[in-house]
Amino acid sequence: MTLRRLGIYGASLVISVWVALPLLLISLAAFTPRDILYQWPRPLWPEQFTLETLRFFLRSTGVWQSTLNSVLVAALTIGLAFAIAAPAGYALARFRFRGRDSLQLAILATKMFPATVLSIPLAVAFIRWRLYDTLLGVAIVHTALAIPFVTVIVTSVFVGISYELEEAALTLGSSRLQAFLRVTLPMALPGLAAAGIFTFVLSWNEVFAATILTLNNRTLPALIVDSVIGAGAPLHFRFAGGFFMIVPALIIIFLIRRYLLTLWGVTVR
Amino acid sequence: MAVAEADLISERLRPRPNWTPYVLVLPTLAFLGLFFIYPMVQAIWLGVTDARTGALTGAHFRRMSADLYFSPAIRYTLLITALAVPLQVMLGLAIALLVNTRFRGHSAFLYLTALPIGISDLAAGLIWLSIFTERGYLNTALQRLGLVEIPVIFLSVERPDWMLGAVVLTEVWRATAIVMVILLAGLQLIPKDYAETASVFGAGRWQALRYVILPLLRPSLQTALIIRTILAFQLFATVVTLAGRQIPVLAGEAYFWYSLYRSPNVASAYAVLILLFSGSITWLYLRFLRGEEGRA
Repeated sequence: MTLRRLGIYGASLVISVWVALPLLLISLAAFTPRDILYQWPRPLWPEQFTLETLRFFLRSTGVWQSTLNSVLVAALTIGLAFAIAAPAGYALARFRFRGRDSLQLAILATKMFPATVLSIPLAVAFIRWRLYDTLLGVAIVHTALAIPFVTVIVTSVFVGISYELEEAALTLGSSRLQAFLRVTLPMALPGLAAAGIFTFVLSWNEVFAATILTLNNRTLPALIVDSVIGAGAPLHFRFAGGFFMIVPALIIIFLIRRYLLTLWGVTVR
Repeated sequence: MAVAEADLISERLRPRPNWTPYVLVLPTLAFLGLFFIYPMVQAIWLGVTDARTGALTGAHFRRMSADLYFSPAIRYTLLITALAVPLQVMLGLAIALLVNTRFRGHSAFLYLTALPIGISDLAAGLIWLSIFTERGYLNTALQRLGLVEIPVIFLSVERPDWMLGAVVLTEVWRATAIVMVILLAGLQLIPKDYAETASVFGAGRWQALRYVILPLLRPSLQTALIIRTILAFQLFATVVTLAGRQIPVLAGEAYFWYSLYRSPNVASAYAVLILLFSGSITWLYLRFLRGEEGRA
């Protein structure tokens, strides 16, 4: 029994180091003075730390603007995805109707849809629709990618809230809408917030569509890809950029940790 | 997903068709129709028609397949998928099983190992670049241990295998988390007493895992395999940050044809190819894994 426990702890420790070490190293690199990054032999622990590397990244052309663009795109995506998919999630949780199962399957199938396949034809269409190189255009594609997740989590949130409470409100004379707004919605808010936050991460991290669909109005990942491929950005720029990109994502994943299993834990049958 | 029981009762009392759910799902259907079905059709259309005349042509696919990068792109995409996905599934399963033993500290372990879900392929590529680059952490560590004098160049054209290894490692590091979460959700659906019953009948831990847990976990394994394989076909930023175009992949080629050569048509041909790959692999998985189920 103790041997088994030793095995469990040992394996967990090894895996924890495997996951955590690269995160620690990129954080270290982001605060290491530039000249030490290029030294040889290079010390493992830099002894002195600096904000200069991050400051250099943030002051580089376009970084602030593209960060702002990323946030705006993510906000637009959250708004669009909820406006479109939340009603469907509610319907899937509360009603049994014809075509419900096939709808659920269709939504699940889109989860696996390559952003790669969508972006290029949409870029051509967006030029015609005057959405090319706009934040709204990028947000639309991100919405398409986010809808399956939002639907799934909204469904599970409302399944978890007893319908009887809503019915009780109905018998007490409130309308269906009132019952929803006054009784169900307040209870659903934490789960819905988690879905919104996950949508933010999805949009903040998306690289391919943002790169294809923009030219001047880059989002942060698109700007970084561009500077890596096109301009050959220096290493310290890349490290600071990598660190800067993961910080919000890590905080957010920590915030929504309770919902992680719901987001991905639905199977295809 | 279960529907509240109360709802089923109330529905029986209300025989006329209720239009509310259809109205509620309409926006989603309309949006997905416009931004999934339309681009798919458009991708195929762009891939097979002439940009100016609109006449059917095989020229774009011919240009794509005549390109120097075409066969390496297919080979590397399949190779990376074949190497990374099984590793992700094995490691993901190991982590999920570890979490499921509910040892002390298992929730901290779960959140830590789930963190890479929030990390983009681009950021993951940059993180591992800081390790594998010429004066990166790996070389520094090797030098400290006295194993090397001058830095080893891991990411170079002369050693495509090493570059490939770096890409596979990065992918395993980043994407195992998704597999783990899918499998853990599946594991938690399996009642505890199944394994207990097996042990009452004399099955060891491994036997219970092999003959009870894994067969019940098949739907989740299937989902994890499909999702990971399809996402592996879209591999882009990890490769670009670690290997540039020296390791060509399908999505990367679509990007280069679109952005560098300004040919949406050839880029669309690549998109269609990725679509075909994704479709056929899904079909294969569903067919293959269902066949197994029929036998059991």
